Amino acid sequence: MNVAVCVKQIPDPAAPGSLQPDTKNLVREGKLILDDSDSYGVEMSLQLAERAGGGEVTLVSMAPHEETSGLRTALAMGAAKAILVSDDVLAGTDALGTAKVLAAAIKRAEPDLVVAATESTDGYTGTTPAQVAELLGLPSVTFAKKIDVSDGKVRVERQTEAGFDEVECPLPAVVTVTAGVVEPRYPSFKGIMAAKGKPVEQLKVADLGLTPDQVGVAGAREEVFDVAAAEERKAGEVVVDEGDAYERIIAFLEQLKLL
Amino acid sequence: MATDKVWVVAESSGGAPTSLTLELLTKARSLGSVVEAVAWGDDVASTAGALGSHGASKAYDVGDLGNALPGSRVAAAIAAQIAAGNAPDVILIGTTYDGRDIAGRLSARIDRPVLTNLVDLTVEDGVPVAHHAIFGGVQMAKSRFTGDGPGIFVVRAKSFAAEPDGGSAAEVVPVEVPDTGATDAARVLERHVEERSGPQLDEAEIVVSGGRGLGQADKYEMIEELAKLLKAAPGASRAIVDAGWVPYAYQVGQTGKTVKPTVYLAVGISGATQHMVGMKGAKNIIAINKDQEAPIFSIADLGIVGDVHKVVPKLIEALKARG
Repeated sequence: MNVAVCVKQIPDPAAPGSLQPDTKNLVREGKLILDDSDSYGVEMSLQLAERAGGGEVTLVSMAPHEETSGLRTALAMGAAKAILVSDDVLAGTDALGTAKVLAAAIKRAEPDLVVAATESTDGYTGTTPAQVAELLGLPSVTFAKKIDVSDGKVRVERQTEAGFDEVECPLPAVVTVTAGVVEPRYPSFKGIMAAKGKPVEQLKVADLGLTPDQVGVAGAREEVFDVAAAEERKAGEVVVDEGDAYERIIAFLEQLKLL
Repeated sequence: MATDKVWVVAESSGGAPTSLTLELLTKARSLGSVVEAVAWGDDVASTAGALGSHGASKAYDVGDLGNALPGSRVAAAIAAQIAAGNAPDVILIGTTYDGRDIAGRLSARIDRPVLTNLVDLTVEDGVPVAHHAIFGGVQMAKSRFTGDGPGIFVVRAKSFAAEPDGGSAAEVVPVEVPDTGATDAARVLERHVEERSGPQLDEAEIVVSGGRGLGQADKYEMIEELAKLLKAAPGASRAIVDAGWVPYAYQVGQTGKTVKPTVYLAVGISGATQHMVGMKGAKNIIAINKDQEAPIFSIADLGIVGDVHKVVPKLIEALKARG
């Protein structure tokens, strides 16, 4: 079974984020890393391909400056190859534009199953996988906490407000996974070495049959026009526990008449 | 883009609109002169009263979806209305599992962008403006659509208060679902309700959340016990959800739930920006953490610098002693 998994290479979330003053786009400079959320999708895809006993995992990504450091991490985990769309005209692309790029790139991989995280850690729009599914004319099951594939169907335990639903869907389909569903493997030394030689197909927007006005700022048709400091929440009292701090919590709750 | 006609994608549960749906309808009244709902299920009529009393004059009924997921069909039904000339100016959708599916599919179907993760929505110069909390709520960004066509806005729960305006029941109007092709092929085989005692995370007066500072997965039991004693809902930071200690449904934060309780008790949570977005709206914040430099202390009303494994058991004992 061939699985295409959407991965995003993002700035290190531990570093403070900022916006470009003129365009209000997220600053994406320096080395990008594999989004933690996506490591679950990569692991899930590897496990599904392994269980199916054949096929491979293809990474699909869109990133500036032909950035591949995040892809190398996922290749080192065991993905076979990657398709990377990198083009100057993509600066300022919104979620729908991203979905158009990813959908076109995914088509080239002809996968049986498309896997993605429910949302990225940096943009957290959370609609891109559903947009990709619609553009590809595929069914989708989002918020999967468990995935099994057999007999040309995918069976998913889908998170709901009340618990979870068991959902069945014919392949090909798009499935999004929540964090924590599997334990992402650490790339082995052998895997890291092997990743250096794995193919990364580099594509431009024109290679995908898309026009520049469908992506980038022109395609976005939305803009962030103002960024301001939020109302600050002030720090209250900070006390060091000397064995009786629990009494302070009880007093605090009593004062609010919650006890 | 004017904002005369506003549609609310109305999710329901057990024959009644969800609280988020009522929040969106309440907001919709302040945005446009015509407020209508798009609903689905085997008995939309039973929700018409509540939808109407919160401002919807009509409820477009997509029909009984049976075991299909709502994303494809509801998006297709809305897109068909737009294509037929019955287009709203603004479409409000809740940040929920199904809401995000509907928003994504609708966006692709009508080739319109979507603005997500809203914490507020205003009208400036006649144009709807989305407000987003970014970088852990330290900054607020405002965004708007630049092209023509309906604006799709996906709004986080608890962004607005739900208030009825006393309107009469919404008129139920059946709408057609066009052919959805393969996009609609997923089927629910079985629904599982996970029993969770106590209040819901987004409705509880007190929320007790645990984080990485608990040290190991089985220590989360401490959070559940404390929550039970306080009649609170147990929550979690992303770190321990990602680590697989508790299910995703417990997660408070940017990628999880937004909570606005009277008291938020953060146990062993350092206060990563992604967590702060989800809990900063609490009226009062109590934090217990051994690291005096933890960012959570900069927003806590009461900060306890201490070992959660010492403070929490004592707190539990004291609460038990009170009966």
